[in-house]
Amino acid sequence: MATVLSVRDLRKHYPKVKAVDGVSFELEEGRCLGLLGPNGAGKSTTIEMLEGLVEPSSGEILYRGRPLDAHYRQRVGMQFQATALQDFLTVRENLELFHALYDRTLPLEQLIAACHLEDFLDRDHRKLSGGQRQRLLLAIALVNDPDLVFLDEPTTGLDPQARRNFWELVQAVKARGTTVVLTTHYMEEAYLLSDDIAIMDHGHVIARGTPQSLLAEHFNDSVLELPAIEVEGRQIDLPLVRKDDRVEILSADVNGALRKLLDAGLSLAQLKIRPRTLEDLFIQLTGKELRA
Amino acid sequence: MKRLFAMVKARMLEVARDRLVLIWNLVFAPLLMVGMALVFSGSPQMVAKVGVLGDAPLTAETYPFLGTPAVQFYRESTPEEGILKVERQSIDLLLDLRSQPARYWLNDDSAKGRLLQQLLMAGDGRAQPQPVSGEQLRYADWLVPGLLALNIMLSSLFAVGHVIVRYRKSGYLKRLKGTPLRAVEFVGAQMIACLILVVVITAAMFTACNAMLDLRMEGNYLNLLLVAAMGSMSMIAMSLLVAARVASEELSGGLLNLIAWPMLVLSGVFFSLDGAPSLVQALAALLPLTHMLDAGRAVMLDGAGLLDIAPDLLVLCAMTAVFLALGAWLFRWTSD
Repeated sequence: MATVLSVRDLRKHYPKVKAVDGVSFELEEGRCLGLLGPNGAGKSTTIEMLEGLVEPSSGEILYRGRPLDAHYRQRVGMQFQATALQDFLTVRENLELFHALYDRTLPLEQLIAACHLEDFLDRDHRKLSGGQRQRLLLAIALVNDPDLVFLDEPTTGLDPQARRNFWELVQAVKARGTTVVLTTHYMEEAYLLSDDIAIMDHGHVIARGTPQSLLAEHFNDSVLELPAIEVEGRQIDLPLVRKDDRVEILSADVNGALRKLLDAGLSLAQLKIRPRTLEDLFIQLTGKELRA
Repeated sequence: MKRLFAMVKARMLEVARDRLVLIWNLVFAPLLMVGMALVFSGSPQMVAKVGVLGDAPLTAETYPFLGTPAVQFYRESTPEEGILKVERQSIDLLLDLRSQPARYWLNDDSAKGRLLQQLLMAGDGRAQPQPVSGEQLRYADWLVPGLLALNIMLSSLFAVGHVIVRYRKSGYLKRLKGTPLRAVEFVGAQMIACLILVVVITAAMFTACNAMLDLRMEGNYLNLLLVAAMGSMSMIAMSLLVAARVASEELSGGLLNLIAWPMLVLSGVFFSLDGAPSLVQALAALLPLTHMLDAGRAVMLDGAGLLDIAPDLLVLCAMTAVFLALGAWLFRWTSD
């Protein structure tokens, strides 16, 4: 597969902070890269440099082997965390406005159908619900039929149903072969949509790979969860991690751990066993919860 | 061009649907202007006010002094109220025609009162009036071009400056930066949209004032339109320069006021700068409003042609070019 984006030693230094400090990666055509990191990790600055909105202090970004130029603006789409639009314009008028800014575009009716905008085309965009607004912003990001689309925390603030609906739209975008760069605070979203994950902290990429390879690389154990009240006052020969009203036991030998719990006389009626998740990986690598 | 027209259309739609802006521009501003013109349309302007006690008609036939020009006479209800007003210099003189001979009160500190006293004492017709040749210019004829120019200045400065700063603050400019739209296309679209609005609104205001006041118009309407358009362009360009980088509406408002107020005071909107110190006149010549107003009044009041107003138009052209070049050079989509 062709390389769409090559990033080499990208840095953005402000007078008092190094927001991005030497990020390098390549992104292949049709892949979705999930960019994760705690607040202040540098992912928003990185994505804004990739979008061409912020000038890097140093480093290189190549789109299909060429520096970012006017052609790049024609070929990329972007959806910000909070995208402002022109006041008093309807959904259709906003689409028409952005449609007019590009040389190559998708037919508006196709875009409207793909993002399910039919029911509120003549509504002032400021009167849309959160989910409707994100669908409009996605439609605007796709108006030029982009090769590469940036989605910066597109589902933040949406209810679970609206979020799931949005994921279906993104999967449809991916199915068209569009390359996607996604930042998100939702691990489930990253796991579901991303072919590759890059975890950032302190301006660096500290881990990169497919979700499965990253988990396999960093973990060989599973998590056993029990209500904390079950283990109180009992002697159990296992490492216990107290988390609020539950206790987690990390073990590579699940059968052995279960035997020890039974030997200690515990009821396993409320026992949950789960594999390691991206959330666990994130906390292990950054020492922080994803949503700070 | 497709991108330019799309942006012009979007901005026009935004203005057309912003009811508060629309009501202000299409209703309140013209009403305010017509109201001001009406207030100042008396010819000549009253320079003094005299209260009169008694029921006799306030005419020169009743008493010669009542025919004094440029003095407003009104009927005062009681001596006490009238005397109080004289004391406070709310009026310049109180005249009682109920007694024979007439009595009058004045405040010794009032210069106008002393002058009126002289006129009153001489009111037996011994002073002979001098004939005035030519058509008298009403104050309204002189004032309305100033008010129109003032409206053009305020609309051009604040409409574009505030809008760009608001777009930058909201992040809309950042979103546009991510598209193929070029800065020159965006700025050009804002200029065109603003120019169309300002010219249409100014034409409507002129028409309304003309219908109510029968304004003096000695020159060509197209020349007047050209003056309005070029004056507006220079103000818009000046506004773009202010808004080139600012992301705070408060700061841009302050800067625009800093520009607007000197022009308001020094450009001759409300009073002529004839006889003002040369430094003030030199400063006034640096302001686009001065040139727009001089050219506009020349067309309306003196029937000036294109050649007569060419120097003012050239100055406006040069100012537009300089402000625009600087504004484009300094322009940033975001405040980072």
